[in-house]
Amino acid sequence: MSLLFKNVKQLIFDIDEFIDTVEQGVLVFKEGVVNYINGEHASFADKIVTIDKLEATADKLQRKIDDEFYRHSILPQNASDIEEMLDKLDELIDISKDNLYQFEDELPFIPKELKSEFIRLTEISTESALAVFPASRSFFRQPLKVKEMLSKVYFYEKETDKIARNIKRRLFHDMKDLDLSQKMHLRYFTLHIETVSDKAESLADLLSILALKMSI
Amino acid sequence: MIILFFLSSGLFLGWSLGANDAANIFGTAVGTRMLRFKTTAIVASIFVILGAVIQGAGANHTLGKLGNVSTIAAAFTVALSAALTVYWMTRMSLPVSTSQAIVGAIIGWNLYTSNPTDINVLIKIVSTWISGPIMGGIFAVLLYMLVKLVLKKTHIHLLYKDSYIRISLLVVGAFGAYSLGANNIANVMGVFTGAINLPTIDLGIIQFDSTQQLFLVGGIAIAIGIITYSKHVMETVGNTLMPLTPDAAIVVVLSQALVLFIFSSQGLSTAIQSIGLPAIPLVPVSSSQVVIGSIIGIGIYKGGKEIKYNILGSISLGWIATPLVAGVMAFFMLFFVNNVFKQDVGGNRTLVAKVDNQTIDTIEPQDTTVSIQSIIPQINPNQSEQTNAESSYFTSSILFWLTIVILMVLVTILLILFFNLRLKDRYKLKQIEVLEKKYHIKIDQLEKSLDEKIQLQDNLGKELKFRQSEMVTMAISIIHKNEFLDNLKNEVVKIKTGTSDQEIRLRLNKLSLMITQDLSIDRDREKFQMHINEQNSNFIHLLERSFPTMTDNEKRLASMLRLNLSSKEIASILNISPKSVEMNRYRLRKKLKVDPKINLSDFIRDF
Repeated sequence: MSLLFKNVKQLIFDIDEFIDTVEQGVLVFKEGVVNYINGEHASFADKIVTIDKLEATADKLQRKIDDEFYRHSILPQNASDIEEMLDKLDELIDISKDNLYQFEDELPFIPKELKSEFIRLTEISTESALAVFPASRSFFRQPLKVKEMLSKVYFYEKETDKIARNIKRRLFHDMKDLDLSQKMHLRYFTLHIETVSDKAESLADLLSILALKMSI
Repeated sequence: MIILFFLSSGLFLGWSLGANDAANIFGTAVGTRMLRFKTTAIVASIFVILGAVIQGAGANHTLGKLGNVSTIAAAFTVALSAALTVYWMTRMSLPVSTSQAIVGAIIGWNLYTSNPTDINVLIKIVSTWISGPIMGGIFAVLLYMLVKLVLKKTHIHLLYKDSYIRISLLVVGAFGAYSLGANNIANVMGVFTGAINLPTIDLGIIQFDSTQQLFLVGGIAIAIGIITYSKHVMETVGNTLMPLTPDAAIVVVLSQALVLFIFSSQGLSTAIQSIGLPAIPLVPVSSSQVVIGSIIGIGIYKGGKEIKYNILGSISLGWIATPLVAGVMAFFMLFFVNNVFKQDVGGNRTLVAKVDNQTIDTIEPQDTTVSIQSIIPQINPNQSEQTNAESSYFTSSILFWLTIVILMVLVTILLILFFNLRLKDRYKLKQIEVLEKKYHIKIDQLEKSLDEKIQLQDNLGKELKFRQSEMVTMAISIIHKNEFLDNLKNEVVKIKTGTSDQEIRLRLNKLSLMITQDLSIDRDREKFQMHINEQNSNFIHLLERSFPTMTDNEKRLASMLRLNLSSKEIASILNISPKSVEMNRYRLRKKLKVDPKINLSDFIRDF
């Protein structure tokens, strides 16, 4: 049966809070990587703690939203699509947290010549993710506007790919002083940072399909 | 009690109307799980009764003009023939409407009792059958445009929209039920209002006259139909016509309610007359046909690609076939009720019955004339009416002998059946002996075939176990292969860093690349998932039947849990994180409503 409007208000608040939490997680990831590259260890450690908390909060909120959807049979025809969307949003914060932990665990060596490139890669990759959040919020209010809001996501994702390819080419073509193991290690970290924009692109694909479905 | 017996045909008609037509109002809301059946049944029942009692008189008045069925036996027969027509045509999957059946049955009564059918009233009724669906279509298009405009202009949150749609479905459904009661109660109880006259019940503020009391009973019959059987109709034929979205359902139900309301509101008709426009004909119209008209209207507005135009053909067939079948059935049933059960069915047949009672044994037809004149002197004053009485006597004699002949035929048929049965009994005894012999032979054969089946089942069980173990092996081999390739790649990297020979380094680079490529290719995973779907097709089918709302991902996860794979193993196979698998397990557990104390994998294996 229909939810009372008070409960609907609470659920909308929870969904908005969930998206905000994920967005904050991505921002913390960006700052964390920059801190690591600049050698600001205390700030980096702080970012690890923050993203850990944010990820836990996002998980808690996701379960709460899931429960509400099931309990009140909300949007029965679109519930599974919305849950999939929330799953993909959650993956963004998950992957951000995992990547930061990988920096902490594996301590990759980043040569001076590539520092600015890596910072740019992180910024553009997270830009792609940050562009998907307004579209996710808009999906609930103005589904028809979602598609036009996603163009930024695709643009930044392509830019990320270009920067990543550039970094890899420079690593393997120009940096003769580095060991292959170091090159391979950095190649993987390039991939890790790229994954954030890939996940954002995957969420953007889903959002555009869902928006189309809602408009029919 | 006798009134209740005669009302039974009308109550049956009401029950079937409630069972069938509630799906037009709340079918989509219940089918899409926007509203619970219990809520809709309560709302529909209350409002259908209110509509019937408050506003049912208008449409009933027009039916009365078509033919005022004056005796209770005739009313029972007319309603029964309409009900049987609806039942029979529904069973034959033919398009049928209660409104058209009752009109046909009343015309049948008119024909049998030589009551003249008012052609103007008939034209008025038939025109509403056509204009009803057209009006439904026009309303639907206008309302659909309005809803789309409102949704476009206002940026309501999806969850608020969901709540508004639910409330709208309930409110519009209540209006639909009210209009259904107001418009269609005449179909159910209309024929009884001229025949039954109950004392007025005075409750102080409200007074219930005889018609309203009958409509209350009819409304309750419709409500019982809604509560007891409409869920079944909603589940089986709910979306046969066209699957509707909840917002389109609001439009369709509202346009149907408006059409039924317009054709039953005396107040609206009077208001329109007061501004110089012609009065609205107050006629019972088919709610199903208005719904079809509304859906077709939306379809045309959307471009007309999804419309099934053959439905229009079936509606037209219904317009002709239903009244025809009901009329013929009513005619013959009235004949039997009148002549076999000797019940008064009104009209000219009343006179025939009285003449029969008093003069059936009279000697001369002339005496009958005298007799009739003495019975009803005030209405037989001249010679021409004497001739009418003679012809009535003649008709009654024919009917009497016709009844005798029919009875004799029936008795003969019964006798033939009786002797036939006796002959069959003797034949059966002989047959039993032969069968006993065959039976023993068959038992032997069945025992042998049972042994073979058990053997076959054993073999199939073994094969199933083998297949399951094969899939587990395949899953494990994918995981092992990936782990092995990962280790191999690390070893290659180690060797490469230890050697200075450029050629060997190049070859090792190539080898490392090949390993990476193999790791990323998902062919094995796809093959494995395909195997899982094939092997578990029965299990998946069973799941679909028990839990129809399960998604493909949930079915796939259930299949993997059935193989006793751990979350990590499933994550590796599906190329997702173990956390996502845990979340999916959590959802699956909720969907399958598994007790928290029971292990999900155990539950699925025992399913």
